[in-house]
Amino acid sequence: MAYTSNGAAIEADEEGYLTDINQWNEDLAGQIAKDEGITMTPEHWEVVNFLREYYSEYQIAPAVRVLTKAIAKKMGPDKGNNKYLYELFPYGPGKQACKIAGLPKPTGCV
Amino acid sequence: MAAAPFDIPALGDPAEHPVPALKPGAMAASKPYVAAEAHQQPLGFPGELAEGWEKRAIDHMGGLLSKYRSLQVFMDICVKCGACTDKCHYFLGTGDPKNMPVARADLFRSVYRRYFTPVGKIAPGLVGARDMTREVLDEWYSYFHQCSQCRRCSVFCPYGIDTAEISMAARDIMDSIGQGQKYCNEIIGKVHRIGNNLGLPAPALLDTLEGLEEDILDETGVPVKLPVDVAGAEVLLVTPSADFFAEPHVLGLIGYAKVFHAAGVSWTLSTKASEAGNFGMFIGNYEQMKKISMRIREAARELGVKRIIFGECGHAWRVAYSFLNTLAGPWDFLDSRYPVPQHILEFTSDLIRRKGIRLDKSGNDGMVLTVHDSCNVARGARMGTEPGGQFTIPRAVIAASVPKLVDMHPDTICDKTFCCGGGGGLLTDELIELRVKGASPRMEALKDVVDKQGVTHMAAMCAICKAQFTKILPYYDFDREMVVSVHQLVSNAIVLGDND
Repeated sequence: MAYTSNGAAIEADEEGYLTDINQWNEDLAGQIAKDEGITMTPEHWEVVNFLREYYSEYQIAPAVRVLTKAIAKKMGPDKGNNKYLYELFPYGPGKQACKIAGLPKPTGCV
Repeated sequence: MAAAPFDIPALGDPAEHPVPALKPGAMAASKPYVAAEAHQQPLGFPGELAEGWEKRAIDHMGGLLSKYRSLQVFMDICVKCGACTDKCHYFLGTGDPKNMPVARADLFRSVYRRYFTPVGKIAPGLVGARDMTREVLDEWYSYFHQCSQCRRCSVFCPYGIDTAEISMAARDIMDSIGQGQKYCNEIIGKVHRIGNNLGLPAPALLDTLEGLEEDILDETGVPVKLPVDVAGAEVLLVTPSADFFAEPHVLGLIGYAKVFHAAGVSWTLSTKASEAGNFGMFIGNYEQMKKISMRIREAARELGVKRIIFGECGHAWRVAYSFLNTLAGPWDFLDSRYPVPQHILEFTSDLIRRKGIRLDKSGNDGMVLTVHDSCNVARGARMGTEPGGQFTIPRAVIAASVPKLVDMHPDTICDKTFCCGGGGGLLTDELIELRVKGASPRMEALKDVVDKQGVTHMAAMCAICKAQFTKILPYYDFDREMVVSVHQLVSNAIVLGDND
């Protein structure tokens, strides 16, 4: 499948994960989120931006616990937990937030 | 949670064994994504189906029949007694008659008869023999990816026909002609390229483990370490990479670390063998199984460890317990006083028995546990030295850690355990309907003990089971955090420090 953003076609895999992370932009993130039934709020962006920062350093999405700790630091300890992340991304913060952030899908027994 | 676009099976009484009404073709459209060339070629498989694939498939089948006598016997010996028909969780959850184990095996058997039996060659119509065609291949692709290779049917088969082996053979044939499954083959490629199923590179692993050490210190005040690539350590721990990444897996990993710490045994993880899982088994490919296993040997050699211990991973333990010696042995360089390899539950259980660690059940106050036997541990391996150790040892460890442990219905545990619904290379999002429906027998038995005995949590000892239950529990109105790692319970109960 493919998305269209700013007039350009952007390639994605069968499930809608971008095949090239460098083609990501904020407009596209909003579009992917909408397809997932999510309206992006500043809290969603905090998560998405952290995922992208972490990925650019480590070439992988952060472990769930690394993410919750980072969110606790940025947004307060009451939000640094799995339940809160599931509220933001109901299909699972790992997979759904990665898709919106343009990251590849985490694979394996997760 | 948004409503699912499919029906959720109703849960009844596990003692009644209701057989669902037949729904022919109900799951005919269920199939995982096909592997692209980029996922096939690193494993040495053709990138796509090419002309002449039918003959190559039959040639490959012939090779497997002569290599594995068991497969040949399974093809010939079935008497259609029907004992297996209502034993598969995917049949019970979907009602699709092709998910009866005998019907699934017949998808393979019908082709076998056409090309490898005298009557099938001359009069195929008489014996239900079929040509290998695109239609047959599509059916194989769909229904051999609706078998989690859990082997429950084989327990009830009077001849011991193992549908898992048939499904492995079918997948191997499909890989060999360019019709591979994306989920498994992409993951195996990551193991070769990066070292684990997740694709977690060494720097990310180190960063993650450092964070966990900080967490444990904050929580307990004790500097429990998660060492990596430490040469000369006593134990190499090989664990599924999900233990570094997902919940509740990571809580189990913390538990292993606390046990090693409390026991005073030096241990290390390895960046080279940063994965216990071996998806080579799911795709039925011996060469891949061997190649994946060899990383463990190399890591053990390089680090000079004396023992190898496996973390909580069902199919990894089957590969380790049943095949590791032939795949990657001999292990004569390890300490022969210990089992090669050993399971973390054997290690912990032994320490509990010898009072090498102390557990305080109040760490799990308020929890009533039940335990899900992982299919590959239950039916593909053993623990300890006694028959049935794979059932008694996990239960002994849990019972020592929690105030109360109860079992689910006897027809759903131990050697009759149901698959979680996501095993055997099916733990992928596009198969969610199959996974939810296939989990219904387990959910039925769970609901029974929740309602009647006040169970609050279910312990699992396999990364796939943990991920599967976390995902599907909410479909049955259970909390996703109801599934816990066995060593998470140990972690909550263990007394750290002052163990002399």
